Amino acid sequence: MQTYDLEADGLRGLNSSLQAQNAETNQTRWEIVNPKGSHAIAVGLDAPIEVTVKGSTGYYCAGMNQQATIKVEGSVGPGVAENMMSGQVVVDGDASQYAGATGHGGLLVIKGNASSRCGISMKGIDIVVHGNIGHMSAFMAQDGNLVVCGDAGDALGDSLYEARLFVRGSVKSLGADCIEKDMRPEHLDILRDLLARAGSDAKPEEFKRYGSARQLYNFDVDNAAAY
Amino acid sequence: MKDMDDQIPRTLPIQSATFSNPINAEIRRAAATGIYDIRGGGAKRKVPHFDDLLFLGASVSRYPLEGYRERCDTSVTLGTRFAKKPIELDIPITIAGMSFGALSGPAKEALGRGASAAGTSTTTGDGGMTPEERGHSTKLVYQYLPSRYGMNPNDLRKADAIEIVVGQGAKPGGGGMLLGQKISDRVAEMRTLPKGIDQRSACRHPDWTGPDDLEIKILELREITDWQVPIYVKVGATRPYYDTALAVKAGADVVVMDGMQGGTAATQDVFIEHVGLPTLSCIRPAVQALQDLGVHREVQLVISGGIRTGADVAKALALGADAVAIGTAALVALGDNDPKWESEYQKLGTTTGAYDDWHEGQDPAGITTQDPDLAARLDPVDAGRRLRNYLKVMTLEAQTIARACGHNHLHNLEPEDLCALTMEAAAMARVPLAGTSWYPGKEGF
Repeated sequence: MQTYDLEADGLRGLNSSLQAQNAETNQTRWEIVNPKGSHAIAVGLDAPIEVTVKGSTGYYCAGMNQQATIKVEGSVGPGVAENMMSGQVVVDGDASQYAGATGHGGLLVIKGNASSRCGISMKGIDIVVHGNIGHMSAFMAQDGNLVVCGDAGDALGDSLYEARLFVRGSVKSLGADCIEKDMRPEHLDILRDLLARAGSDAKPEEFKRYGSARQLYNFDVDNAAAY
Repeated sequence: MKDMDDQIPRTLPIQSATFSNPINAEIRRAAATGIYDIRGGGAKRKVPHFDDLLFLGASVSRYPLEGYRERCDTSVTLGTRFAKKPIELDIPITIAGMSFGALSGPAKEALGRGASAAGTSTTTGDGGMTPEERGHSTKLVYQYLPSRYGMNPNDLRKADAIEIVVGQGAKPGGGGMLLGQKISDRVAEMRTLPKGIDQRSACRHPDWTGPDDLEIKILELREITDWQVPIYVKVGATRPYYDTALAVKAGADVVVMDGMQGGTAATQDVFIEHVGLPTLSCIRPAVQALQDLGVHREVQLVISGGIRTGADVAKALALGADAVAIGTAALVALGDNDPKWESEYQKLGTTTGAYDDWHEGQDPAGITTQDPDLAARLDPVDAGRRLRNYLKVMTLEAQTIARACGHNHLHNLEPEDLCALTMEAAAMARVPLAGTSWYPGKEGF
């Protein structure tokens, strides 16, 4: 176990050490102490290592992650795991805005609640939120799966493309072009897998599925009110 | 009686300046279709521009340098503030960001070839970085856009610089639209979108708002790229003083200021013509902000929007810019709007020089298209050579002017070398009206 004191040794040294790891490294487990809300912790990693952050973080923790498993024993600021490509990020607490924004792959698990715009412009990432999510989540979401075990705020899935949204609780309102869709067996399989990987005991059958009505895919003046 | 009527002088038909033929045609088109006009390019309306400035040249108080003999340097280094590896360019003329998607693959390759041969950089656009573009560009600036289409850390680390795009001059505050006919299989895959849909590019970034957030976003990008490469911040010209100051505060190495003549692949005509500032008007406020913060020349300023000639380059530099970027002019050099395609332009209902339906993907020149047959019309090697030649000519022209003003480097050009032909240009450029020592806003009229 490698232990890094962020307060004492600084952000640049942390990220350069983590980014220097590769598939053959024997430094596979890292612990970061004294994060104290710092920004850009453990960004740009690209190795199958395990990083545990002992406390809460600021903006963009685990940004653009590839391969690494990053666990935050606290809450995270805006943009956790933004543009993640692969790997896994687990947040024990709550997440601020833009969690998983534009992510292309990997799994983001938030065991608390996520604020507004969770999964905005997601492009293939899977996100599982054990609690609730805020307004405008999955705005312009292109691909991937957003699973919400609690409730969703206003305008869920506004201007959605091909991402799949699963919500167990209530949805305050759906955004433009987002509709409830049938839950088919393949969706239950996806949900079952994601819930298991995210450590949730929720049942796939308790969820509703939402997706794009695909009415805004090509510009039509008669849809002007929705633009 | 009829004979007498014929002898009475008639009132000539007078066209309304307000309801002109083009305006009336647009009203009729809107009434027929119910949709606003979308087009490519920048503002076509006449606004104060570099043509409204003149260089004074040498005189008794200033002696010139000998053309073809005495050296006049053109190099520029961008990103000297924080980056470990600033970009060193042979000439202060760069190629602006234009996407693969908006442009064909051969066109992007030609831009890379031409820029590299001239010793300068080219820039990606919405949709990410293609291997062809990276391979043919010695120095490639990677745009970090609100859509984040194709964004990934591997490409980010291949870039020679990162340009965070806040806005562009053609549509400050607006996003983009790539119509379905240009969303080929490859473009769709790069952008993670279904083929054939009208693809919307967001108007603002998904994970930050405001200058305080931008500072943190820049920190993240620097951490991911080991502080190696410069980070530019590009803004559409609207509030040039404050936007420049805030970009500097946020940690930018380079500020790119794009005026309203700067082009776009597609947006509403009303946006292009009615939002933003002319390029000429934004340079001095941006420079003033850099000077007030004590970072002029430490944070470099790149100006774009309607740069066409070496004279334009020299004027932008004289007003305080470190470099310029060209987009539309580069496309013209490749072959856009070439008269040899006139018959095809007419079939599209337009004419040479006016073709701007770049979003429709039917470009006869094979540049703003994803149609493989049309794209094949552009030979990237020949087109790249034309761009290289054009960049060389612009540089020679700028050197000619600088020598005439007595300067041994283009960056030694200064506002005192200029005068203005109009009050508007004098006010915007803050150089004296020709034959006077005064400009609007200056004391002592």
